[in-house]
This record gives sequence, C-alpha cells and structure tokens, in this order.
Amino acid sequence: MVDSGANVATRTLPLSGVHGGSSVVRLEAAAPAERINLRVRAEDVAALSAALGVDLPVKPKTSSSGNGRTALWIGPDEWLVFGDVRTGLVASAAKSGALHSATDVSHRNTAILVSGPGSAAAINTGCPQDLSLDAFPIGACSRTLFGKVEIVLLRTAEDAFRVEVWRSFSDYAFGLLSEGARDAAL
Amino acid sequence: MSGSSNSGAFRIKGAGRHTPARTARFTFDGKTYTALEGDTVASALLAHGVHLLGRSFKYHRPRGILTAGPEEPNALLDVSRDAARRQPNVRATVQEVFDGAKIASQNRWPSLKYDIGSFNDLLSPFFAAGFYYKTFMWPREAWHKLYEPIIRRAAGLGEAPKEGDPDHYASRYVHCDILIAGAGVAGLTAALSAAATGKKVILVDEQPEVGGALHYASTTIDGQDGYDWAQATAAKLKAMPNVTVLTRTTVFGYYNHGFLGLTERVTDHIALPGKDSPRERLWQVRAKKVILATGSIERHMVFANNDRPGIMLASAARSFLNHHGVAVGHSVGVYTAHDSAYEAAFDLKRAGVSIAAIVDSRSNPGEAVLSEARALGIDVLAGHSVKDTSGRLRISSMTVVRNGGANARKIKVDALIVSAGWTPSVHLFSQSRGKLRFDEANQRFLPDVYAQNSISVGACNGTDDLAELIDEAIAAGGGSVAVSGENRFEWTGGMIGAAEGAGPEHAVKAFVDFQHDVTAKDIRLAVREGMHSIEHIKRFTTNGMASDQGKLSNMHGLAIASEMLGKPIPQVGLTTFRAPYTPVTYGTLIAHSRGELFDPARKTPMHALEAAEGAEFEDVGNWRRAWYFPKRGEDMHAAVNRECKTVREVGGVFDASTLGKIEVVGPDAAAFLNLLYTNAWDTLKPGKSRYGIMTREDGFIYDDGVVGRLAEDRFHVTTTTGGAPRVLNHMEDYLQTEFPHLKVWLTSTTEQWAVIAVQGPKAREIIQPFVEGLDISNEAFPHMSVAECNVMGVPSRLFRMSFTGELGFEVNVPADFGPAVWKAIWERAQSLGACLYGTETMHVLRAEKGYIIVGQDTDGTVTPDDAGLNWAVSKKKTDFVGIRGLKRPDLVRDGRKQLVGLLTKDPKEVLEEGGQIVADPNQPKPMTMLGHVTSSYWSENLGRSIAIALVAGGRARMGETLYVPMADKTIAVEVTDMVFVDKEGGRING
Repeated sequence: MVDSGANVATRTLPLSGVHGGSSVVRLEAAAPAERINLRVRAEDVAALSAALGVDLPVKPKTSSSGNGRTALWIGPDEWLVFGDVRTGLVASAAKSGALHSATDVSHRNTAILVSGPGSAAAINTGCPQDLSLDAFPIGACSRTLFGKVEIVLLRTAEDAFRVEVWRSFSDYAFGLLSEGARDAAL
Repeated sequence: MSGSSNSGAFRIKGAGRHTPARTARFTFDGKTYTALEGDTVASALLAHGVHLLGRSFKYHRPRGILTAGPEEPNALLDVSRDAARRQPNVRATVQEVFDGAKIASQNRWPSLKYDIGSFNDLLSPFFAAGFYYKTFMWPREAWHKLYEPIIRRAAGLGEAPKEGDPDHYASRYVHCDILIAGAGVAGLTAALSAAATGKKVILVDEQPEVGGALHYASTTIDGQDGYDWAQATAAKLKAMPNVTVLTRTTVFGYYNHGFLGLTERVTDHIALPGKDSPRERLWQVRAKKVILATGSIERHMVFANNDRPGIMLASAARSFLNHHGVAVGHSVGVYTAHDSAYEAAFDLKRAGVSIAAIVDSRSNPGEAVLSEARALGIDVLAGHSVKDTSGRLRISSMTVVRNGGANARKIKVDALIVSAGWTPSVHLFSQSRGKLRFDEANQRFLPDVYAQNSISVGACNGTDDLAELIDEAIAAGGGSVAVSGENRFEWTGGMIGAAEGAGPEHAVKAFVDFQHDVTAKDIRLAVREGMHSIEHIKRFTTNGMASDQGKLSNMHGLAIASEMLGKPIPQVGLTTFRAPYTPVTYGTLIAHSRGELFDPARKTPMHALEAAEGAEFEDVGNWRRAWYFPKRGEDMHAAVNRECKTVREVGGVFDASTLGKIEVVGPDAAAFLNLLYTNAWDTLKPGKSRYGIMTREDGFIYDDGVVGRLAEDRFHVTTTTGGAPRVLNHMEDYLQTEFPHLKVWLTSTTEQWAVIAVQGPKAREIIQPFVEGLDISNEAFPHMSVAECNVMGVPSRLFRMSFTGELGFEVNVPADFGPAVWKAIWERAQSLGACLYGTETMHVLRAEKGYIIVGQDTDGTVTPDDAGLNWAVSKKKTDFVGIRGLKRPDLVRDGRKQLVGLLTKDPKEVLEEGGQIVADPNQPKPMTMLGHVTSSYWSENLGRSIAIALVAGGRARMGETLYVPMADKTIAVEVTDMVFVDKEGGRING
C-alpha cells in the first residue's frame, strides 16, 4: 500500500525553471492562481458581481479588481476571473443564486508576467493590438493573438502586462516573448 | 579630374558626401576593391571604373548599372558574408558596401567577360517573345524529358544558398495616426506638418538616409542645401516623442484598412552585426492615415542597343556624382527627351567631366537649360536621336542622327546618360485599390480616386513645382509649418514609348524591360500575334514581370502597344501593381516562425516523465504524444507487441490528456446535447457516461467521444484529440445561430485536466489506493460511471471507461497535479507488472475491439449506420443536427460502403492501410473497387493480422472472400465482423 503521508500530490507548474528577458523586459512565470471561466446573462451580472465581490466589467477590453480577485471582460457574456489559489471562486459564484456557468480553468491557463519599459514592444512582436496607453490603458484586457497562439492580455501597470495562455502553448508564448524582449532592447 | 587611387580613379575630389578616410574593402568576382563608407556596391564599383556587372537573363548580354536606386533592373549581384549568409539577386544600387563583403556577378559562365550563354544573343531570332508557347508544343513526350528541365534550369536568376539561414529576423506590430511613405522633400515636409499636430507619426524611407531626390538635386530649402536640410529635418523629427523615423525601410505592401507591411534592413550594411541584432525586421503597421510621398522614377530611352554597360539614367549619374563623388565616365554622352538630364550634364561638366554632346529628341528643349548648356559650352543636338551604340563590354560610342535625316555620325563616349522623363511612383496607391487617371498632357498615370484614408503628395501625385509640392505636403500633414524651397530649373519634356532609334527594323534590340530582356519589337510582335490587352501583352512578352515589376518598362511597353493598336493608352490599360513593391526576403516574412517557434509543440503535463521513460513521440496535430515506450533493444514492433499483450494480461497506463474536453453547463445542457449528438442525453443519469456520435448537417460522422453527466446541469464532453477546437466551434456556432434560446454555456477544459488512463485486468487494483471517498468496485462503480472524488488529495473526476475493451478507468486530475499522480500510479502499476503504453498500442487495442477512430476509419462520407453505430442514433428524437441529412436517398440506399473486419487468409500478412478491395482480382483494369482498408495492424494478442475496411455492402458479405491487389501480389481476405477480441464484451465489466 502507498503511505498516506506521501500520498498527497504536489503541483508541477508549466514554465517552471524558465527564465528570459532583456535589459528592458523582465519575463517571469506568474504564481499559480485560481481561475474560472464565468458565463452570465446581462440580467444576472449584478448578482454575480455581488457574490464574487468584484464588479464584472461590462465594457469591452476592461477589467476590474476587488476582494483579491480580478475579472476580465472576454466577451458579451464571458469573463475570466482569477485570484489567489484558495480564493474559492466556484463556491462564491454559486452563492449568487443566479443562473451562470462557472468552470474551473485554474490549471488550463498559466500566466507570464511581462514588465519593464520594453514590455509593449516585446508583446507587439506577435500581438497585433495597439498597446499605446491611449488605446490600451492600465486595466485594459483582451483575448487576442500572440503569434500563432491565443492569449488573454491584461495591462497591470504602465509597463507591465499579464499574459494568460493555455498551458501547452506557454513554452511557445514564452519563447516568442523572449525574442520580442531581445528585439525591444535594440 | 583628380581621383583618389585608393577608393577609385573615378572618385572626384571634393565631390560627394562620403568621408575619404573611412574606407571598406570588398571583393567583386574575387578581385579586391576599396570603397568609402556610405557607398553602394554600384557607386564603389563605378568609382573604380567597373561598369560590367552581369549578364542579362535571356540573351546573356553584358549589362551594367542603369539606376542608382531600388528600381534597378540590371545590376543584380550575389552578396555574401560567408557560405550561409549569401543572397542572390541583390541590387548593386541598394546594397551598401561593408568591410569584407564578397560580391559576385551572376548568370555567366565561365566568366563575366567570356560567357558561353551569350550565344543566345546570336540565336535571338529563335527566342522571340512567346517562343516557348510555340517552340515547345511538340512532340508531347519531349515536354517532360527535354523542354521542362531546360526551361527550369534557364528560369530564374542567381542561386539560393544551400545552408540554413543562420541570421534571425524580428517582427513588430505598431499603430500610428499617420504613416508617411518616402522621406524626400514632400515626405519630410508632410512629416513636419503632421508631427506639429502631436499625432503619432511614422516616417519611412528605403534609403540609408532621408532626402530622396535631394541626394542629387540642386535644390535650396529654407536657405540651405536641400540634402543638408533633409538631414537636419530628420534629426529634428527623431527628437520628437511622437515621431518614429525608419530608414533602410521599405513600405512594400499597402493592404486593407490602413494595414501596411514594412521591411527594415537592420544589419545588411554592417561589417560585424551585433549578435542580438536581427538581419531584418518586419513591421506590420496599422495607420489611421497614409501619406504617400513616394516620388517618381526616371525612365530610360528606348533605342537600339540601349543596354550596354555605361548607359544609365541621368539622375543615377547625378546621384553617383553628387552623393557618392563618383564620375560615371571621362567623356559622357547625354540622350534625353526631358530637361532633367541637362542638369546631370551641368553637374558633370562642372566636376570636370567632358560632355560629348546632349542629344535631345525634342526640337525645342526648355529655354533655361538650353541657355545654361550654351553658357557651359556644352554641345546640344536638339531634334536628334541616338540611333545605335557600340562597345562590347562597355559603350564606346553613340551613333547620332538628325530626326528624319540620314547622315549618322559616331561620337566616342565612355558613358551615355539617358532620360525619357519621369514616372510617378503610384505603386502603393494602386495597391491600396486607388483608381488612376491618365494625365494626357504629361503622358502619365496619376492618383485619382482613393479607396482608403490616404493622400499622395509631391512627384507621385504629379506635383512638379517645388512650392506647390511643399504646400501640398503641409496641407496633407494637417499641421502648420513653414518650409520654403526653390529649384534651379523648371523641367519640361518627357516621352513614353520607342524613340526614333528603336526600329522599326526587325533586327534591332531596343530594350524596354532590361531584367527580362524584352525589346520594343517583342511588344510589336505580341500585338501582331493578336494580343490586344496589356494583360495579354505583358504575359506574352513577360514585360514588367521580373522582380523589378516594370518600374522602368511598364509605361514604355504600354505606349508601344498603344501605338501599334492605334488606341489611346487608357484604352489599352495598365496592369495592376502588386505587393511587394520591391523583393522582400523570406526570412523577413517568416520572422520568428522557424525552429522552436515554427509552430507550438503542445506537450502534456506528463511529457517530461514519459520522455524519461524512453518514450518515442509522434505528432498529432500540434500535440506531441507518447507513441510507444521501447525497452532497451526493442524496436517499435517489439515494444508495441509487448505493450499490447501486457495491457490485456495485466494492465497499462496511458496518457490521454490530449483528448478534447468541453464543459457544457446550464439548465438546458441535456437539451443542447440532444440537438448536437445523434444519441439521447436527457435519459442519462448524473454519475453516468455514454459514447456519443456527432453528425454534421449532411448526416456524416463529424466526431465522437464519451460524455459524462456530472450533474443535472453539467456535462463533461470529450472529443477526439484533433477535433477539440473544431468541435467547440461547431457547438458554439449552433448554439449562437440555431439554438440561442437554450440556457447553456460551453467552456474548453482540454488543458484543465491531465488524464491518466489505466486499463487492463489489474486497473482497479492499480488505482484503488489513490482514490478517496469513492467505492470503485464493479457493483458500485460499473462500466460507464463517472464521479467526482479525490485522487491523492486532489479533487478529480474519475471515469470508468475503456477504449481497449478491458476494465478501465480514466483519472482526470487538475493538470499541475498530473505528473505527481502519474508517477504514483505508474510506480504501483509497474510493481503489479503493468506497462506504460503509447498511441500505437492504443490504436491496435481499439482495433482488436472494432472501435473506430473518426478521421481514420471515417472520412467525412461515413454515416453512423455505415460505421455500424446505428444503435447510437436515437429513433425517438424529433431533431438533431444531421437528422434530415440522414434521410437523404443516397444515405439510406442499399450497397453503401460499410465498415467491416477483414482477416487475411495468410495470418502473417498485414494489409496496407489504403489498400483497395475488389471482388475479382482477374477482372480487366480499371477494376471495380469495392472499398479500401482503413485500419490494419499486427495483433500480438491474436497472433495474426487484423484490419478494418470500408466495403460496399460490407455487412451482407460476411464470410466472403475479397481481394486486395497490391503492386507485387494480390492478397486474399475474408470479410468478418469488426470485433476480433472478446466478442462477448465481458472483459470491460471486470
């Protein structure tokens, strides 16, 4: 029999051990997070916002934070909500009593944190979005393309971004970001 | 003239803008030359008196440098740093010299001076336009064996390097308010004006420095020398935070919605590029507005033997002199139909070069240039033409005749500069789908109707007057700035088409298109052969179809065709300009999409552990899947045989993480699945799962997979590995367009779960210790059960299911926990005698059970009934996607191809997948095909081969002998049912 003490599985993170960046861009794997893909009809947005303790943004390309949680507008009835690993998003959403779909995608995605003055240029190596502060201010987010993969991009500061990507695409995303970081330094 | 022997005898002291002390050494065809920093290969070679640079494409005629810019059709060279960093067909007029450059001429053998291929020039009557359409028509056999190989060898110029490209290339997307293409007077002025508004401006120029025509022109702007003004203006613009100035950058494409492609040559001019520097950078720009300030290109004169080395555009000679400090000859002739060439003659004369004569085909050249020519003592022959030239490897004389006269005289020259006037560069405007109009008075096409938010300013818009040009540029920029400028001379004149010296004799070679060796008589021949549209004439003669896209030749070719046809030019038409404006390297277009970044290689969470166990991997879409796990000394066959036996006898562990997973959630989830699958889902209880078939509207199988019901309103759908993205799209498409009333949502969870399949008689024993809070006995958790439980302390989803026909479980754990759970399960499995197995064994085991693989056993024309899966099509449902399609007469007729099993008469014989099946192998060809083999394997468990096949009327042929004819033999097979192992199906309930 297996010893029950050693019987608790440990996490192995995608992107563990990777490093990259340049003199103007820092690239690092984000800490593990809890994430849900949340689907809510317009009439129930308020109920879910209250239950989660974060206002679900209803304007395209915007996000909001509260209660240690961040909600990203992904589509007309779709949000990516993330927070600390034990924040309990599915349970919070369930307390709303309103019709919704909350699907745990904590492990589906991983995130790369991009920071430094060359961040936007590095991301623009493969992302066709306008990342000027006017068009993509702090808090702006978008489900978009990065080279050949889909990412969800969130601007966390003037020169910092969070790149959410499906785990099996994260090596590719990190590799292309490294190329972008190198070019941004030139 | 006094020249520096170091950087070339034709270098003129005091002329040009290069610093004499800054030199670079390069070789041309093995000989070493010294250049000045800032030289192009063309200017450096001309400085040493080298005019012969290559051989022409078709006739192998000696060719030199025709232009000083990107429009160059002639001087195409091979430029290399080393064996791998070698590029053919580089324009000598664009490539800057760098120290250590190795440059070679092309299209010659054995040497540039003595080229065997020039024999073609003598055979030219046989190589008239369209010759291959006629010559190579017959005999038919000769096409493959003789003509095509010869044409292929002759086609194309230059030789691609065989080594991989060691350089790297960068790419960037950028947005701006205003993109300005071209940084001559117009572009710079527009940029100043636009920048003053505070808008985000990108100014792009293909040359190493801004200035455009100011490189050679005698223009004063704001009281300054024009070129100096340009550099000062660029410096000022670069210092502004809202302006980006990109030099050595070509706007090569203008696409829809203000999207433009730019290629920046970052290191091609540097002797030792930094290791992080990309060779080139692709810029993909989205501009709200585009200002086209692309200038104009001078045309050559079309006359007999106008292609000898030493004959070049007047503006080019002026650039070489005024910018590079190089004289193109000692005694220079001028042949022109436009005033601009006079200014070249004036500059050369003042620099100490002898001007043999200005031959002007017009009888009334511009007054101002005429009197200046007189003042400088230059002989002007107005109303004359150059009828011919001589000189084998370089022009030695021009033959001049009065228009309409007979007495020709030969004038000795070592260079002849020519100008037929200027063609506005409307390429980008045309690419943006703008409509052109023909300016009859000046014989040129100009922008007329704009399709996008763009505006043309300056020479490309036909605005010749400098003051007018500046006003136009300021207005286009939208700001308020003051720029004043004046030109020394107002220009008049210009012609298009063949000059007097172009024939009409049949034998005269008056070149229209230098790069493709198209002459005036070729265009005339095309018209005589019945080509009346410029599109046909272009293709028949290949005029304008070389990599320079006819920047010099299009207007001449059009005018000659128009004259022959007796139709005005607008009626003959103008061919469309296509991107790229000038050639772009594949490296730039590919950018980062090579090597590791060519395509994402998707790896499961357990990939590294599998690799450590010695797995061989196979590509399944973008996924890398463990294929088989060979032990020391095993080949694939031995490994798969062992895995297959071990799974059935003991157990096996398999990574099924790549299977597509979709979470279907909402009160109408079951109703939605009822509509998307052929089966019924409302009858499925929570905690149970079911195999489902999905058809398209046409009734054919689209995907399949097991669907588990976790709760009344929550399903865990699995799809094939390859089908995951399209199945989700298919579902979302129907949900949004056909069934928007349903309260249900779809989320891809493929990557949320690591899936560890444990199969075989000991499967339960293997996983038992890890499963918490769930009785997984056969009674409590029978086949096709699903439950949420803890596995190794982690909330998991456990499926009781089987794709092997054995007792089986699929353990779904959140992906980060996959490796730890896998490791623990595998350790225990190993101790119980089980094995790891890969996709190959999975394929064999499922085939032994007759389980189909969508996409292998089906091909988009197979219905559920064809696949023997009619039991999975609900007879009670009134609607599902495909229900009407399935009723189509062809889908219900007798004799359709059906999936059946095949057993070879010789059990050792393994059929080839794709093998065709016939009833009578002796029938005459073409035989009547009954179907084909879809899956075929060696089954170690059965000690014989097995196969699945699509066979017409297959299920009615049980026991029949059919045949699979192969190239070397005919294989006899017996039709059987598809289940080869455990026909009663008891093992899954173990």
